[in-house]
Amino acid sequence: MIRLALWLLAGVLLGGVVHLTSILLLPRTASQDAYSRLEAITPVNAVAPLPAPAPDNDVLPFMDPAFAVAVCRYDLTAAPLKLTTPVGQAYTSVSFYTRFGVAYYAINDRAAGRRTIELDLMTPEQRSQLPEDEEVTAADRLIVESPTPVGLVVLRALGPEPSAMAVARGVLAAAQCRPNPQQ
Amino acid sequence: MRLVIGIFFAFLVAAALGLGMTWLTLSKGVAFGGVSIGAWTAYPKIGTAEIDPYGRATLARTGLLPVGSGDGIAFVARGDDHGRSFDGRCDVTVSGTTPPARFWTLTLYDPEGRLVANSVNRYGFTSQEIVRRSDGSFDIVIAPRARSGNWLPTGGVERYVLIMRFYDTPVGVATRTGRESPMPSIAQGACP
Repeated sequence: MIRLALWLLAGVLLGGVVHLTSILLLPRTASQDAYSRLEAITPVNAVAPLPAPAPDNDVLPFMDPAFAVAVCRYDLTAAPLKLTTPVGQAYTSVSFYTRFGVAYYAINDRAAGRRTIELDLMTPEQRSQLPEDEEVTAADRLIVESPTPVGLVVLRALGPEPSAMAVARGVLAAAQCRPNPQQ
Repeated sequence: MRLVIGIFFAFLVAAALGLGMTWLTLSKGVAFGGVSIGAWTAYPKIGTAEIDPYGRATLARTGLLPVGSGDGIAFVARGDDHGRSFDGRCDVTVSGTTPPARFWTLTLYDPEGRLVANSVNRYGFTSQEIVRRSDGSFDIVIAPRARSGNWLPTGGVERYVLIMRFYDTPVGVATRTGRESPMPSIAQGACP
């Protein structure tokens, strides 16, 4: 009887390890995460508009229907990326997600403080290779470091009422993201 | 022989318990660091790089892209102030005032995060669209049939969730209580 209880205890402890390991490994095995879903419908290193969320279209769950959304699916392996977007009249934001959907940085039009949001996206290695003087002269340059070499930039422009959605989509149509080689 | 049976038994218990717990936590949506104000709950850390492993697993499983903390914050409500789950056949009133934000939106989803089809193609409101009283407070009626004023249709679905998102707002990781960020009340009324 005691022997059985000990085996049971061992099983329970091992079960805790199995649980924690499976939680930690799950993001690496998922096939339905945001990046995988968008991989099929967006080009790499270019801005693509997402279809408006609707009952019969669920590209991603829990999208805010008040926003026009465009995505730049990036791959920084070859070169850093330059991202520019005009800002709408109401509210525009740029959010950065890792390959696994973690929102590591987000900025809105007011924080950017200009008529256009302009950013350089690079890996920590690429940033450390920046010439030092360039870092100084580029004091007002906004540099974002991506923790993963691939990921998603999501541009959102608010249409505060349905009639303003076309304008919001137009704002994002002028957004650009393109490789920006350092040499 | 008894050793083999014992090891086999322990491994079986471990697999069943471990994977069962994983399945349960993910389907129930276990999350840490929630801030509850009335019927509303937000998880400020889910929009940051400090998101916990359960949050990461939820993102991987659902495909959700959370609102980044530099962008805004999302509050979820699954039921009214008394804890009763929303029923799309009942009348629900969301009323009061909101925390400071440049814009907010209120959206109705089914529990899987899809918009709910309805005859007027209205899925939510923005802070600019709603009709307010002179003191700035508002009522939004969520009901299956048309109402005057701010009417958000439920499409008659059995279960739904409400998400209120605040953009460009001081509400965030440091927010603890409803005193600094008053959320609207939710009352579920008459059901047919």
